[in-house]
Amino acid sequence: MLDYLLSFLILTGAVFTLIGSLGLARLRDFYTRLHGPTKATTLGVGSLLIASALYFSTRGAGLSLHEVLVTLFLFITAPVSAHLLAKAALHLRLKSLAKPPEEEGGEA
Amino acid sequence: MLRRLLPHPLLTPALALIWLLLVNRFTLGHIVLGLFLSWLIPLFTLRFWPEAVRIQRPLTLMRFIAVVLYDIVVANLIVARRILGRPEALRPAFVSVPLDLKSDLAISLLANTICLTPGTLSARLAQDRTHLLVHGLHVPDPAQLVADIKQRYEAPLKEVFEC
Repeated sequence: MLDYLLSFLILTGAVFTLIGSLGLARLRDFYTRLHGPTKATTLGVGSLLIASALYFSTRGAGLSLHEVLVTLFLFITAPVSAHLLAKAALHLRLKSLAKPPEEEGGEA
Repeated sequence: MLRRLLPHPLLTPALALIWLLLVNRFTLGHIVLGLFLSWLIPLFTLRFWPEAVRIQRPLTLMRFIAVVLYDIVVANLIVARRILGRPEALRPAFVSVPLDLKSDLAISLLANTICLTPGTLSARLAQDRTHLLVHGLHVPDPAQLVADIKQRYEAPLKEVFEC
């Protein structure tokens, strides 16, 4: 029973990570491409980590919960890097499918 | 007195928990060591982080976290389908979200949440902090997106960290 749950979680994680990377290839401008990797880290890596915590808690010696930390740090850092990439792209005025926003007055 | 000893009452238990998770062993020795470290570290880092974080309504915060987790799962499925579908049909857009939040922490948490929930990405905070520029992967209706963000994420954050 546990094996099925674990395989389900690992497969889900792998599939979402794959789709996130596929997004990099299929989407057509920098900003939409940014969406791909941020997705892969949330649900994809999330379910892989749950699977890891479950596996090592049941098979290994004692409870294994440092996966929670990995999730926590990912959830803190991934959005920050995505935000900075988007900000840099705006600054460089990269080609965008969406209508680019008007510049705000003053230099940042 | 208590304030001098414990400048960040919330940081201490959080750090202790992180310590326990880092060593990945839940023994009495590590709990004591973790509590000691998490008492010491806020004292040493006080100069970098002078203001204590105050949480007004823990229940609202819990509900907010649950809503975000649920949204992450649902929105992941939606975005996955959009990536596998026809990328040509996507209508990406920049949307400017007016902010009611004032505190730095609340604004960064909102920006963070927007990035975590798939399909939206916070791109730039206006210099006067009145607007947050958000890039949406597929935005048929910008007004609806703004209303969603304000109602689902901003309102609870405002309740928890401000008011």
